[in-house]
Amino acid sequence: MISKAWPTASVNWMKYRLLYFAISAIFLSAGIFSLLKWGLNLGIDFTGGVVTEYQLPNGEIKNEKYGVKSEEEINKIRKDIKTQGFKELRFEVVGPAIGPELIKKTLYALEISAILILFWVAIQFRSIKFGVSAILAMIHDSLILVGGFSLLGHFMGVEIDFLFVTAVLTILSFSVHDTIVVYDRIREKQRKYDPMLGSDMTKIANSALTETMVRSINNSFTIIFMLLALVLVGGDTIRWFGVALLIGTISGTYSSPFVAVPILVTWEEISNRFKNREKKLKK
Amino acid sequence: MIAFKKPTDIIENTPVSFLRMIINYQNYSFKNIFDLSLGLDLSGGSHLVFEADTSKLEASKKEQAIKSLRNVIEKRVNLFGLSESNVQTSSFEGKDRIIVELPGINDPKEAANSIGQTAQLVFVEVKEGSPSATIVPTGLTGADLASSKVVFDQNTGKPSVSFEVINESQNKFAEVTKRLIGKRMIIFLDQVVVTDAIVQDTLTTNGQVTGNFTVDEANEMSDLLNSGALPVPVKLVEEKTVGATLGADSVLKSVKAGIVGLVMVMLFMILIYGKYGVIADIALVIFGIITLAIYKLVPITLTLPGIAGFLLSVGMAVDSNILIFERLKEEIKNRPLVSALEISFGRAWDSIRDANVATLVTAFILANPLDWSFLHVSGPVRGFAITLALGIGISLFTGIVVSRNLLRLFAREEKRI
Repeated sequence: MISKAWPTASVNWMKYRLLYFAISAIFLSAGIFSLLKWGLNLGIDFTGGVVTEYQLPNGEIKNEKYGVKSEEEINKIRKDIKTQGFKELRFEVVGPAIGPELIKKTLYALEISAILILFWVAIQFRSIKFGVSAILAMIHDSLILVGGFSLLGHFMGVEIDFLFVTAVLTILSFSVHDTIVVYDRIREKQRKYDPMLGSDMTKIANSALTETMVRSINNSFTIIFMLLALVLVGGDTIRWFGVALLIGTISGTYSSPFVAVPILVTWEEISNRFKNREKKLKK
Repeated sequence: MIAFKKPTDIIENTPVSFLRMIINYQNYSFKNIFDLSLGLDLSGGSHLVFEADTSKLEASKKEQAIKSLRNVIEKRVNLFGLSESNVQTSSFEGKDRIIVELPGINDPKEAANSIGQTAQLVFVEVKEGSPSATIVPTGLTGADLASSKVVFDQNTGKPSVSFEVINESQNKFAEVTKRLIGKRMIIFLDQVVVTDAIVQDTLTTNGQVTGNFTVDEANEMSDLLNSGALPVPVKLVEEKTVGATLGADSVLKSVKAGIVGLVMVMLFMILIYGKYGVIADIALVIFGIITLAIYKLVPITLTLPGIAGFLLSVGMAVDSNILIFERLKEEIKNRPLVSALEISFGRAWDSIRDANVATLVTAFILANPLDWSFLHVSGPVRGFAITLALGIGISLFTGIVVSRNLLRLFAREEKRI
């Protein structure tokens, strides 16, 4: 409830910076390990091939997957379904040339959005540090997501399809969305000089995180509710898309206060140390 | 030979309204109010991608060839009589593709085969006889034509179509036309009459088709002659067919997911923010209604990823309210409610704007409204991005305008008490 009784004390979030980096490192290395060892379980959108889904007369639904086939073979698969009296529900044929094209186009989309967001954040916050740490948090989230799906692919046979690509791209924007809200509070505190905080980035960041933490968590909950519903009742076609968005949302929520801001603060500290050293040298 | 389905043969199931389904389900009488147009994955249909083999063409002729190819394919698709079919081209790293979307088709294999056949232009003569006239191929085909263009008669200014015959076929052409002077000759493209003309003269190197054409008709005929003359073989490289039942099932499931998710979000907001949560929920309902109205008016073709984009934008719409309320919690410590409200709005707006612009940028790249060929030009990514972008745009409006005015009204009432 909105009431006047709300804690005002600022939590010293930045004190546990190493812990946050360690948590991220664990998840990242698990994902990267899986990526290097098992790679991704690519679906026919990437490898090319044939996927059919059909219904038997008794209502049972069956899936069948084939590799790349010739035109005659494809026609035969189709005819077989028909002659056996099964009802064709879905029939997908993807040529082998489509996958590489899909990957290239996605990479272009990634590059363009990352560059545009970097510029937007850098201009909006008048600092390249803000932009770069937001992008690093974004890369963190996409690695967690891709790594997570590498694990899911290995242990549960989950395939990477076209929708997964969409999920990754969405998570990029969500990650930045969430980071910007925290940044915005930091900027506000930098502009409005507070004698309690001074111009110390660590104190400012702690205070900004304290104030935005509840919002971040509440907001993520609303998105998580929508996505959970999608995963649980949204049907098979879209289930893993929902899971991808769910992993990304959780990682995106975590990365704003615990990846982007700590990087920003650490960077600020290091560059201040250098500045001070220069000043000392000049003296 | 190709046989095209009559329009009546095709199941009339587009557009299907997903709301109509729930409404029917509850025996409600509000049919047709929310007739949203649905994409292939929801209404059932085929998504076909053909790759044009332009390797044998000179670079200069490629563009023209692809344009003609597209026209021919569009013509063939139109023969299926599907109202919402869509044909577009895409070019990526030298590969030219034609993307065909056929909603509610009942024999996708036949459709793919007949669309993918190389354009066949044939010249036939009409043999009058009893009881009826018969048509006989003359042996001339599109392969005998070099090129075709629209020309205007110097005296009358009327458009007509001129064509040139390739060197190897000039003898054959002269022989046939000489024999047929004063008789009918019909040019067919895939069994459809391109032109029905009377041969006026012996033609060797070039000829002209004259008649009462409009400029558009002449242009179209010239395109068709060109496509016959420049047969670009196409290959089916991708097919995605979804049956109507599976589509309807997806619609029901995602509507269910949407309702469950919405109810959870609304309860959560009331649980956390009390009466303010109720205001956020009212704003959310208005958000939903405006979004549906815009989907209908534009119209937006809803796909499965599109619905996911909408659901995600619901989460983001609520975020604007959460940002404002959290701010209000802080401001209310130092100020009376009314001014705390205004200040919260002002301060939260910066965050809301900056954050949403970042999402809009990504949505813009994914939706690719300028059709940049190096990005996705069709398919699920685009559907998702469009609904997400729309959702963010509308949520900025409802978050700021609707919630703000509701809260002001609420604050005024509070004060009076």
